[in-house]
Amino acid sequence: MSQVLPAEGGLRRVIGDGRALPDGDVDLTPEQHLALYRDLVLLRTYDERSLVYHRQGRIGTYAIFWNHEAMQAGSVSALEPRDWIFPSYRESAIGLLRGMPASTVLSWWRGHPAGWWNPEDYNVASICVPIGTHVPHAVGFAWGSRLKGEDRVAIAYFGDGATSEGSFHEGATFAGVTKEPVVLFCNNNQWAISTPVAAQTAAPTLADKAIGYGMPGVRVDGADVLAVYEATREAVERARAGEGPTFIEAVTYRTAPHATADDPSIYIDEERVEEEKENECVGRYERYLIRSGVLTDSRAEEIKQEALELMRTAIAEAEAEAPADVSLVFEHALADPPASFADDLAELRRILGG
Amino acid sequence: MAELLLVEAVNDALHVEMERDPAVMVIGEDVGRLGGVFRATAGLQDRFGADRCVDTPLAEAGILGAAVGLCMAGWRPVCEMQYDAFSYPSLDQLINHVGRYRWRTRGKMSFPLVVRMPYGGGVRAPELHDDSPETYYVHTPGVKVAIPSTPADAKGLLAAAIRDPDPVVVLEPKLIYRTARGDVPEGEHVVSLGEARVAREGSDATLVAYGAMVPVSERAADALAAEASCEVLDLRTLKPLDESALLASAAKTGRVVIVQEAPRTCGYGAEVAAVLAEKAIYDLRGPVVRVTGYDVPYPYWQIEDAYMPSVERVVDAVRRVLAA
Repeated sequence: MSQVLPAEGGLRRVIGDGRALPDGDVDLTPEQHLALYRDLVLLRTYDERSLVYHRQGRIGTYAIFWNHEAMQAGSVSALEPRDWIFPSYRESAIGLLRGMPASTVLSWWRGHPAGWWNPEDYNVASICVPIGTHVPHAVGFAWGSRLKGEDRVAIAYFGDGATSEGSFHEGATFAGVTKEPVVLFCNNNQWAISTPVAAQTAAPTLADKAIGYGMPGVRVDGADVLAVYEATREAVERARAGEGPTFIEAVTYRTAPHATADDPSIYIDEERVEEEKENECVGRYERYLIRSGVLTDSRAEEIKQEALELMRTAIAEAEAEAPADVSLVFEHALADPPASFADDLAELRRILGG
Repeated sequence: MAELLLVEAVNDALHVEMERDPAVMVIGEDVGRLGGVFRATAGLQDRFGADRCVDTPLAEAGILGAAVGLCMAGWRPVCEMQYDAFSYPSLDQLINHVGRYRWRTRGKMSFPLVVRMPYGGGVRAPELHDDSPETYYVHTPGVKVAIPSTPADAKGLLAAAIRDPDPVVVLEPKLIYRTARGDVPEGEHVVSLGEARVAREGSDATLVAYGAMVPVSERAADALAAEASCEVLDLRTLKPLDESALLASAAKTGRVVIVQEAPRTCGYGAEVAAVLAEKAIYDLRGPVVRVTGYDVPYPYWQIEDAYMPSVERVVDAVRRVLAA
């Protein structure tokens, strides 16, 4: 087995600052860079428009992921389409990177049944709302795929707070013992609603927890899409080689409220937020690509306009969905529903009339 | 037919179903090399290999959570919880995911997993080896619950649970694991979920029971033979409840006593009583009475018999109902 050591203190980084910090390099073609940039812009646009739609009353409560786009796009770009993604609510729109219509995700936040997809259509599991409880699902999926001789990796996304949960511990324990081909991807944005990561654990870093599960823990700059890509690619390679799971701690700082119902001004460090915004992940990659001659300002603008147009169409489609029929209350919970469901529906229809 | 103990019938069902369907696997604590602390899974690892009968870490939420993922990868996991009360950490997964995931996918993905566990008291065991947690499971939408009281039903209900496209929790009465002995069909044997069994015909009162309370009710019926003819209805499946069998028996006898080992308040007997109140009130000739455990932590085993519904308490309840 590979050597397991406490995580290095520094964060892995590829993208420089264009001044004192030099740019590193990754093994991506210009086309791959542009595709990754398009993914980042798509997620950013989805997120920014969703906040507007929420304020306009067109979607419900929404978990903002502004400045988390690099962690999502960078890691997904290191996967194959056959690999499975297990998202938390912070990654609600990650399916867009697998061809899921944006209207589907908007419908989820609108509480409309059109937002609930078939995971097998995209190899993206359902959005997990209770914290960290999907980690064992990803591990079980990886386990089941391995037993069947399928070459599939599973990746589970969760936040810093999730590493305090029992489900995370149990899932990571399983993954380590039987060396499942799974990537445990922690987006450490340093806040669990109002609880800072220092109140979450006494471990020096979250990646240090990995040693207890017998897996490598790596720390990357979560706003550096190329560092995230590289770390995930290495984790996926290890998984495919039968070397087992990897814990990735991608570190950023939450610049937005936890969700639309949250008021972070009560607890957050506003100066730190402004600092982070200066160095947010999409702009960093955009400047890197322009420095490297892969992207021009006008091409960047075109890509942003395409994403905006996609969102205009998506919200129109989501709002055009026919109202859900009340019969859906009773559908899909069981393959063979009990007779009482039909009785309940008949009574409901009689009382509702029509 | 083979004469088997109840726990042997469980083991037989697992062998037959794993042979029949290569997607069935057994996972849990000590289920492999040891064959389970009650020997329910004995021989499975030797016969089907360590990939299909898997000793897991001691992590009940991990077992059930991994089972959700195994279902997504096309497996039919049968999860053993070592004891009733040890299953509580797995309620996190059961409530948050097991009963909901099919719905989440709008019926596109199935989660054909089984959770099976020994349950119930009377075995002179340390704390938390004696609980009757069926109501937690019954109360969870999207989950079915079965409890056998005979070896034949232990095999048939477990087989039905394994073949069911939805999650099923099977609670096995450990008190009678090695005292209930009976004929069990060899090879494939399935008892459909949702069908109660009339364990004994009668005309004056119905004793509704499940699990280890079925033999208690039968003994009470024996004790009352000189004064009343008691019907014993073994529910076998708590969810979905066989309402027609319950209502038919209530209509026939007009008197119902429900026997349940779990604490009283909001226990399964309360649901049975509510169904009778809603749908059988005009057939009843007396109050519906419950004989249950008490609303207390399961007691010290030196005095646990005072907690368990006894033949005497059931007889007393029937006499009260008959006198009403």
